[in-house]
Parts: sequence; C-alpha cells; structure tokens
Amino acid sequence: MYSAIVERPIDSNSIIERVSRGSNGAVVLFLGTVREVNDGREVTGIEYTAYRSMAARVLSTIVEEAAALADSNDVAVEHRLGELEVGECSVAVAVAHPHRTRAFEAARYVIEELKQRVPIWKREHYVDGTREWVRPTSHDANDFVDAREGGGR
Amino acid sequence: MTVTVLLFASYADAVGRSEIEIDVEFGATVKDVIEHVRKLGDATRLPEAPMVAVNEQYASRDHELRAGDEVALIPPVAGG
Repeated sequence: MYSAIVERPIDSNSIIERVSRGSNGAVVLFLGTVREVNDGREVTGIEYTAYRSMAARVLSTIVEEAAALADSNDVAVEHRLGELEVGECSVAVAVAHPHRTRAFEAARYVIEELKQRVPIWKREHYVDGTREWVRPTSHDANDFVDAREGGGR
Repeated sequence: MTVTVLLFASYADAVGRSEIEIDVEFGATVKDVIEHVRKLGDATRLPEAPMVAVNEQYASRDHELRAGDEVALIPPVAGG
C-alpha cells in the first residue's frame, strides 16, 4: 500500500510499478487531469492546496479501506498540490489484483472516497484572469451510487 | 484555555488569515469556536455549520475541546 501528497509532477509509471507483481492479472490505473472547461468557463490552470497532514492521514486510511475491499495490498495513490496546467495529472490511483473486478472496484472506491473526505481544495484560474475556489460537484459520484444500486437516470 | 484555529481556501480568504490562536472558556465546544471565528471575518462567507476537524479528525459541533487542540474549519473539499 502506498499513499502520498506530492508537489511535483505525477509519474504514472512509478505508481503502476508500486502495485505490479507476478501474481496479479489486472492493473487498473485512474488518472485525474485538469480539464480546460468547467461549468462553461475556460480554465487556464488549477491551484491545489490542502490541510496537508490531515490529507495524508485520510488518504492513507482510504487506501487501507480499499485494500480490505479488494483483498489486496496492491493499492497506490498520489495527489499533487500546487499550480497545474490544463492536461496535467492531479491524482493517480493504481490497484492490482489477480482478477479485474476487484481491481476496478477498489480503484473506484479510492477516487470517490478521496473526493468526499480528503481535505484538498482547488482554485481555478480563468482566461479572463479571475480565480475562484471550486465548489465540489457530484455528477460523477451520483452516477457511481446509481451504478452500485442498479439504478440509472 | 487556548486553541489553534486553522482556516483553508475560501474560509481563509473570508477571514484574511490561515491560523488564529483564540481563548475560549474551559468546556468550550466546536460550536463556540465557529461562532467566535464568524465574528472575525466576513460571516456571510463562513457558514454557520462548516465541517470541522479537531486534531485532524472530523468532529461534531458539540465536540468538547481541550487546551491546545487544533481546530480546522474545512470548506467543501474538492480534491481529485
């Protein structure tokens, strides 16, 4: 298991290497990247800040929970802080398991719980020079709940 | 007794500071700290019931504080 808050570019290969081993038949990698348009406004970059010590602690707890869920210790996550440009990676999650289903489930668990619980904030910088703290949206999370409950809209 | 209040992101902007030492009465709760901090800044931008962590653990409004506690007011989180 591995979790870290970093202030340098995320190397997705190094995250994959942390979970790869011969007994695993599946590796799921999720990358969150900076989107160029949010709520119809053109974004030039995002600044991430955190309550760093608590963020590291909560992230570590989530990884432990995901490992229990997947019955695999091969769970890794990194979240980046600082100034990121459009297209750069802000978060990487990798989970490996002998079989793909558990790997997908645990990777999804890590990113959804991260978004709900880890004290990290982002301020978007817009083309017109203004900056705003982002209010969290729940579109993707709601889709996740619907999928788990067998629902859909 | 003294507690340390940490403010982040939009809450830090609202109060104009990211860390404050405040004196509260013995037996004070999270709710008392929130009321104190809302008087310092632009209260319209600090909700009545923000998420709070005490010593890095999420805590309820009636959580009783001890001297030296670190009380963090947590804006809606937006990682990922």
